[in-house]
Amino acid sequence: MNSLITMNDLTNDDIHRILLDAEKLLPIAKGEFHLPLLRGKILGNLFFEPSTRTRMSFETAMKRLGGDVINLGAVASSSVVKGETLHDTIRMVDGYSDIIALRHPRQGAAQYASDCAKVPIANAGDGAGHHPTQTMLDLFTIKQAHGKIENLNVVLVGDLRFGRTVHSLSYALVRFGCKLTLVSPESLRLPEEIVNELKAQGGELTITEDLKPQLKDADVVYMTRIQKERFPDEDEYLRVAGIYKLVANDLASVKNDMIVMHPLPRVDEINPDVDSTRHAAYFEQAFNGVVTRMALLCNMLNIPIPEKIGGGK
Amino acid sequence: MSADEQSMRRVTAIRNGTVIDHIPGGMVLQALQIFNVDGRHSNPISLVMNVPSRKLGTKDILKIEDRELTQEELDRLALIAPIASVSIIRNYSVAEKLSIKLGDEMVNVARCVYSNCISNSEREPLPHRLKVLKTSPMTLQCHYCGRIQNLERLVKNLL
Repeated sequence: MNSLITMNDLTNDDIHRILLDAEKLLPIAKGEFHLPLLRGKILGNLFFEPSTRTRMSFETAMKRLGGDVINLGAVASSSVVKGETLHDTIRMVDGYSDIIALRHPRQGAAQYASDCAKVPIANAGDGAGHHPTQTMLDLFTIKQAHGKIENLNVVLVGDLRFGRTVHSLSYALVRFGCKLTLVSPESLRLPEEIVNELKAQGGELTITEDLKPQLKDADVVYMTRIQKERFPDEDEYLRVAGIYKLVANDLASVKNDMIVMHPLPRVDEINPDVDSTRHAAYFEQAFNGVVTRMALLCNMLNIPIPEKIGGGK
Repeated sequence: MSADEQSMRRVTAIRNGTVIDHIPGGMVLQALQIFNVDGRHSNPISLVMNVPSRKLGTKDILKIEDRELTQEELDRLALIAPIASVSIIRNYSVAEKLSIKLGDEMVNVARCVYSNCISNSEREPLPHRLKVLKTSPMTLQCHYCGRIQNLERLVKNLL
């Protein structure tokens, strides 16, 4: 496996294998066991857009496995403000590191970087495009809760238009036979070309603006933030801001094992009283970013993961 | 005389230049744009629009006098007229018949129509690449952002 730009770079078998690898790596991610599989390797973290979880979990993943990390740091204090192209930045960091994690505001940036670099590129989000490492951690979270990722009812809620997280996730879920219910205001619907592609792949989709009736049959409710920064005009944002709010009472008649997920950060779409219910999975999901990215880093760097970690010593 | 021959004779034969037949009906103005021909261009140009065609239903024909289009210019025509047939005319006779070569990818023919695509960033040096997914109907996808291109908008983004 080389670069990971979109979920199309992974076969279903790859996905299953990486999820199993992630499970094996859990004791290392939790700090219970030390195994420096990536000693001597350097990750170049290039985040041209703000990020907390993705950047930190890539960094943690690398360090837990004994590797090192170099960071672009704040864009304002890098050569980018002097007008350096992405091409030149990548060519430079390509020489400094063994693998690059890239987040960029422009769609297609990860593919472009992959064409410039000799080292593998992990797409950590490109504009409104894709976010495949997030998808892998989402699938891991779903598998941890349900024991499988196949044939589930998944409700995706909020900003489905600009949310790259749901774009990548919806492609993956359809590949595993999940039924998708897409809940959003009309102006934030999943882009038509994605809907058409999902349908062409045999996806069973329901499109609605109404959240509450969808909760009862859901196995997963995936909430997203309405992303103010992606709106060209504030009025348009204000019309839809705060439209979906999940509170603990809404979960009274849902399935026992239903989980509520969120890529975080949240604003007001999940009330804090949901945090203490058995359904809240979003903080675990954030932790899973570490273990999943550990598995991805090993796979992208062709480092084999031992069958047994921890127990046997 | 066949319908195609009648269409071809709606305008007079040219002595030297290029004749392009089987442009889909109504698309000839975009073809002119592709060849950078505008109203101020000095070569005589003849257009036939929306005449009956067995292959296409309706088609357009373009005759450009005293200019022999290059293979590279013709390959750009694939954007709107992938099955167009092209004749180079010398001294009233067909001297060469050319066909449009459409590979798997169009490189540096047009910019991706999505302004937020990385390929539209200023000074980025890698080529503009559009993958040919299908030829009927013509379906192109940006190699970088992966988005399917709207052909009418793409014609305005020709390089």
